[in-house]
Amino acid sequence: MPRTVYFFATCLVDMFYPNAGLAGMALIKREGLKVIYPRNQTCCGQPAYNAGYRDEARKVAAAQLDLFPGNHPIVVPSGSCAGMMKHHYPDLFFGKPEHAKAVDVADRVWELTGFLTDVLNIKLKDLGEPLRVALHTSCSTRREMGMAHAGESLLAQLDAVEVVEQTHKAECCGFGGSFAVKQPEISSAMVRDKTEALRATEASLVVSQDSGCLMNIGGAIEHQGEGPKTQHIAEFLWERTRER
Amino acid sequence: MSGEFHDSVVKALGDDALRQHLRRAMDSLIEKRLAVFPDQDALQALRRYGMAIRGNALSKLPQLLERFEARCEENGVHVHWAETTDEANKIVFEILQSNDVKRLVKGKSMVSEEMGLNHFLEDKGIECLESDLGEFIIQLAGETPSHIVMPALHKSKQEIAELFHEKFPDIPYSDDVDELTAVARGILREKFMQADAGISGVNFLIAETGTLCLVENEGNGRMSTTVPRLHIAVTGIEKVVEKLADVPPLLSLLTRSATGQPITTYFNMIKGPRQPGEKDGPQEVHLVLLDNGRSRIFADEELQATLRCIRCGACINHCPIYTRLGGHAYGTVYPGPIGSILEPQKEGLERLGELAEASTLCGACGEVCPVRIPIPKLLNRLRWEGVRQDGTGETSGQGRRRKHSESLAWKGWSSLASRPVLYRIAVKSACRFRRLLPQQLGPWTHVRKAPEIAEKPLRELVEVQGFTDE
Ligand code: SF4
Repeated sequence: MPRTVYFFATCLVDMFYPNAGLAGMALIKREGLKVIYPRNQTCCGQPAYNAGYRDEARKVAAAQLDLFPGNHPIVVPSGSCAGMMKHHYPDLFFGKPEHAKAVDVADRVWELTGFLTDVLNIKLKDLGEPLRVALHTSCSTRREMGMAHAGESLLAQLDAVEVVEQTHKAECCGFGGSFAVKQPEISSAMVRDKTEALRATEASLVVSQDSGCLMNIGGAIEHQGEGPKTQHIAEFLWERTRER
Repeated sequence: MSGEFHDSVVKALGDDALRQHLRRAMDSLIEKRLAVFPDQDALQALRRYGMAIRGNALSKLPQLLERFEARCEENGVHVHWAETTDEANKIVFEILQSNDVKRLVKGKSMVSEEMGLNHFLEDKGIECLESDLGEFIIQLAGETPSHIVMPALHKSKQEIAELFHEKFPDIPYSDDVDELTAVARGILREKFMQADAGISGVNFLIAETGTLCLVENEGNGRMSTTVPRLHIAVTGIEKVVEKLADVPPLLSLLTRSATGQPITTYFNMIKGPRQPGEKDGPQEVHLVLLDNGRSRIFADEELQATLRCIRCGACINHCPIYTRLGGHAYGTVYPGPIGSILEPQKEGLERLGELAEASTLCGACGEVCPVRIPIPKLLNRLRWEGVRQDGTGETSGQGRRRKHSESLAWKGWSSLASRPVLYRIAVKSACRFRRLLPQQLGPWTHVRKAPEIAEKPLRELVEVQGFTDE
């Protein structure tokens, strides 16, 4: 088991969901690991990469490569940013001087929930009130990172939490980064279906591993009016298990 | 494209009945596929095998095509090469003309759709009758296929019943699927007997033996290729596999992935015209091999994976975008994820590059593709091709989707996000002045609230909490 990890919080967590970042770090720290937050981190480069602007993506990604000098795992509280670093950095830097470094970083990247279950084998003690919760596993966590089991098994450990399953649970919520802006009508139709399915579960909370999905689903639910709250899964796990 | 695609998207999304119909159809296809792949490990092993077979074939495509052609000549099949769809249409027409063909029946063929063959021939006074039930339906309706395996997938039972009633008023109205099928069969039987030629597609070409393989469920493919005295097959140059032994695994992957069938009702292996002493089969067999941009796709090491496709349609059946839009909204011959990688390469990024952008990269397509085409990765690659400026590579329309404002924005973003000190200042200011930032963010806020910027960014909070950088 590693004794130290790097925490790469992602740009969205930094600006929009800082508590999810803190919670993710606290969960790891509680297991006795040292958590390093490299202060010069900015963004993994994914937005530009998915828009086709590879030179711009590479420039930003290159600025992250030196942040992880020790041979420790790099934990990321987002499936899509973890996917970017793990699966696309090697391609993005192919034939460039930074390639070896990019491959080394890629090898060490973990999506947070996957790291908690598959590496730390974390055991959670639920201290919260009974609650009905639905999980939207992001597409990158599920498919690119292959970590759909992680979120499910973490929630299953919470005794007072009833996990409910929405129909078409493996279907995309329609975020897709610039897709939501470039194809707003399709994106809206998708998020409408997703929120309908989530509402039908009568969950009072929806959790997810990805900030993008949370912005999309949470933003849509709030726009529609009353409905379940949304929260990053790290923040939820931490709140439920924190000794006060 | 842009305006056109947008209009058809809006139109499709406005059609609630269509969306509900598609959702039900896709749910059932997804379920059926799952049921025939009960063992995940076996499925993954078979997908790797399928990918290897198709990858191997493409790695020696020119040699295999030569070998295949030589075998065909030995078997008595005439092979014709067409670089463009115009050429392919002309070749077909000339063969038909020299055989004095007035009427023909067709089995299902997406390549013939690519060629616009029916229109071409009908303009020349040759009657083409689609004999695949789905194709027959859309031909009656004057439409194009909305799916590569189930061309009339967008039509409900009732719509089909009404269509039949309108076109064949003498036959009593029914919306019973078996009765409708019987009506179509009755009409088609007669046409098969009268047809001077049959045209079909091909699923696999076997280089080792010169065999044309045709997968189907209705027997119309067998009729089209055996009853008329002349058979013309049309297909793309990428369909070749090396040897006979390559076919069973691909066939199994194809039928299971497509419709959840362990095997189709018919599997035709065509090796040549009727031999002396044989009681059926055509007198003459021709094969038209179409390029239509495939060589250009072949030339790119990464994009070449596009040509592994065995046209099962699984990527389409699992696509959340297709499920919302249906096939016609794409405005292309091949819809869905396979179309969104193939069509922009075939027709050029300038015209169809938007299709590569119309994806959330959710990965549902790549996950099910039986030959493991990394569709999301190729979509991403095509987005790059659309805006890149270095002028290398083969993709047509390269750089033509670059917009000045967009590229400036990404440049600005990358200058900021690659300078940690500047970035820190920017993030902190955004948090401090978050109340001053706009709450209306274009199309985002039509259906969503704008995301809320935190009072303090994580990079500030971590210090308070005692997390450090060493
Ligand atoms: S891309 Fe793959 S899943 Fe899609 S039609 Fe082709 S073989 Fe089937």
